[in-house]
Amino acid sequence: MSQFSSASPAFTGHDTENRLYGPLPDVTGEAGYEADHPARVGFFTDTSVCIGCKACEVACKEWNTLPMDDADGNRDALGLSGMSYDNTGMLGANSWRHVAFVEQSRAVDLPMPAIGLPAAPGQGAGSGGGCGGSCGSAETPAHGNADGTTIDQHSVLNAQALSSFDPQTAQSGDREIRWLMSSDVCKHCTHAGCLDVCPTGALFRTEFGTVVVQDDICNGCGYCVPACPYGVIDQRKGDGRVFKCTMCYDRLTDGLQPACATACPTQSIQFGDLDELQARADARLATLTEQGVTTARLYGRDTDDGVGGAGAFFLLLDEPEVYGLPPDPVVTTRDLPSMWRHAAGAAAMLVGVALSGFLGRRR
Amino acid sequence: MDPGTHPGSEVEQERTPEMHGTGVPAEVEDAPLDHRPGVSGVATPGGGWRRADGPTRGQQRRRKRKGGGRGRDGDPTVEDAEFQSYYGRQIVKSAVWKTPDVPLYLFLGGAAGSSAVLGAAAEFTDRPALARTAHLIAGGGAIASVGFLIHDLGRPERFLHMLRVFKPTSPLSVGSYILSPFSALTGAAAALTLAERMDWVPRWVKAPSLRRTAGVGGAVFGGPMAAYTAVLLANTATPSWHEPGDTLPFVFTGSGLAAGGGLCMAFTPVDQAAPARKAAVVGAAVELVAMHKVETDHGIVSEPFHIGRAGKLLRAARACTAAGAVGAAVLGGRRWGAVASGALLAAGSALTRFGVFDAGMASSKDPKYVVVPQRERLAARAAAAADS
Repeated sequence: MSQFSSASPAFTGHDTENRLYGPLPDVTGEAGYEADHPARVGFFTDTSVCIGCKACEVACKEWNTLPMDDADGNRDALGLSGMSYDNTGMLGANSWRHVAFVEQSRAVDLPMPAIGLPAAPGQGAGSGGGCGGSCGSAETPAHGNADGTTIDQHSVLNAQALSSFDPQTAQSGDREIRWLMSSDVCKHCTHAGCLDVCPTGALFRTEFGTVVVQDDICNGCGYCVPACPYGVIDQRKGDGRVFKCTMCYDRLTDGLQPACATACPTQSIQFGDLDELQARADARLATLTEQGVTTARLYGRDTDDGVGGAGAFFLLLDEPEVYGLPPDPVVTTRDLPSMWRHAAGAAAMLVGVALSGFLGRRR
Repeated sequence: MDPGTHPGSEVEQERTPEMHGTGVPAEVEDAPLDHRPGVSGVATPGGGWRRADGPTRGQQRRRKRKGGGRGRDGDPTVEDAEFQSYYGRQIVKSAVWKTPDVPLYLFLGGAAGSSAVLGAAAEFTDRPALARTAHLIAGGGAIASVGFLIHDLGRPERFLHMLRVFKPTSPLSVGSYILSPFSALTGAAAALTLAERMDWVPRWVKAPSLRRTAGVGGAVFGGPMAAYTAVLLANTATPSWHEPGDTLPFVFTGSGLAAGGGLCMAFTPVDQAAPARKAAVVGAAVELVAMHKVETDHGIVSEPFHIGRAGKLLRAARACTAAGAVGAAVLGGRRWGAVASGALLAAGSALTRFGVFDAGMASSKDPKYVVVPQRERLAARAAAAADS
């Protein structure tokens, strides 16, 4: 159990115990739990094996009885986001898991086409408007049924194979299409902005080190909504209170895994003790890197990052912002001591200016 | 058919300018399974992957304009910057605070805070008319503030939950403990001021000492009341509120002085209004200088202060505040001059709050303001690490 100093570091900026910012090995203990509290739990979401099935979204909605909404959080509305297969759109009050579907394409750098080659069967069909079979013919020399393709298709979960044959990648004309899929969730930050700014104490740190809203306390002030650097928590329209992922606090207390991790068919979502997940993620990254998947990186794993490391972290295959994640999130409270100091100066300025007007000659 | 002359193939080429820049990298030697070196799906950094072609930028803009700014789409008026995002969707959530509730709360809090200080000082310098005006503005503003704040809650009936805990990390918690005594004391001072002219009120209630005590008590919380609301906005992940977080308190207190001084000056006989006038002029100057810093010092994050509705509001605010300050300094000694310039200063202050509020909301809606500064931060950190 940590010691409580008389003056909060939020006012003084004297944060020797990293209570506002920085690595915090025992976040649960810092929150006031006795030393025999359970280990901190978390999610490791390995997007390299996500197949975009949305089982996590469905399991979460069902377990937590979340209402329907559209991609902009409007209640009881069925709407198309108009951008991809993703009509969930975002994390919000009614979507605590959100599977991002990133449809990417790139030009295939082709050798000069051999004029007059017949279109390969099945190649020209998907090509862009007006291209027809002749464009399809152009890629035949480069991407004909090389032997490797067949081999790789049989072992898609092998990282070496992933590096050369990606099941989420397909040809379309002279363009190549790939899908990045990632199941996003509340990060359960070590330094959680939502928890810091909640004025009612509705948001609290559980004995598992997660961050949960007590919906019988929340008065809907909405301060946590803009405070989250990831844009996770949101106010439920028509209800007024805020909601977000609880990491299935009710299931955890009964010794079960969160619904999403239980439902995930590919172990893309892994639940467990955070230190164990971190070790597993490091090993997975090392394997992928060693085998040539150099774009793989862990997101939220670094305890020196802006939120002191996340309780739910990710293995990504592209830049975080491609998935709708901020590249360098920082808990807003890090800068709060400086803001309070400047506010104190500004308040003193106000009093000084107002009173100085009374000095001097009376007119 | 000759592919070279096919109209479709030309279109295809125009749509893919990046194909020239991202050639096939050198042959990977130790990749036995890699039958297409350099063109694999997930393994190649910077392999030329872009978000699949949706509508062109022009089409997107036209569509967004038609949409009339509904939903959480990006601001159609901002220029495109080089950055990636998830289909242009916003990353941080916009504040759910209602407008005009919250901007008006910011304005009234500032005006009431500075009026409370003016009113308390006027009590002890024999300016009864100024004291009376200032007490009424402070008390009225504070009580209205409480009303706006409670109305803004998602569950207004639970407003007392604000006082369950005290959290220095939450400006709204700290603010609740500022607003509660401030509104109670200034409200009391205002009520006692009104009671003076009511015959049925017992004499002991009308005692000046009671009113003065309430007035001084309220004045103690006046400065914090005007300043904390800046921290309230700044202590969020909203880019254009967070970045200028050290300057915003001076914008808000300067603006509060201009509004409070301006209103007091407008409703007080000119022979007693000199302190309000001085406070208003100095406050307006502080507001203009601090706001200029907010609008220019923060690179791309300053942009929302110049464009769109926020830009218009802030330009109008600047004009009102500057005109009001000059008017107060030059013509404040005359009754009509005091009324006109006081009204201008109050309008400028209110417009500033609406503008700052709007700029922050706009900055949260465009992922550019989240991604670009954070990318710059990462690049700077990488450069610093490379140097050392």
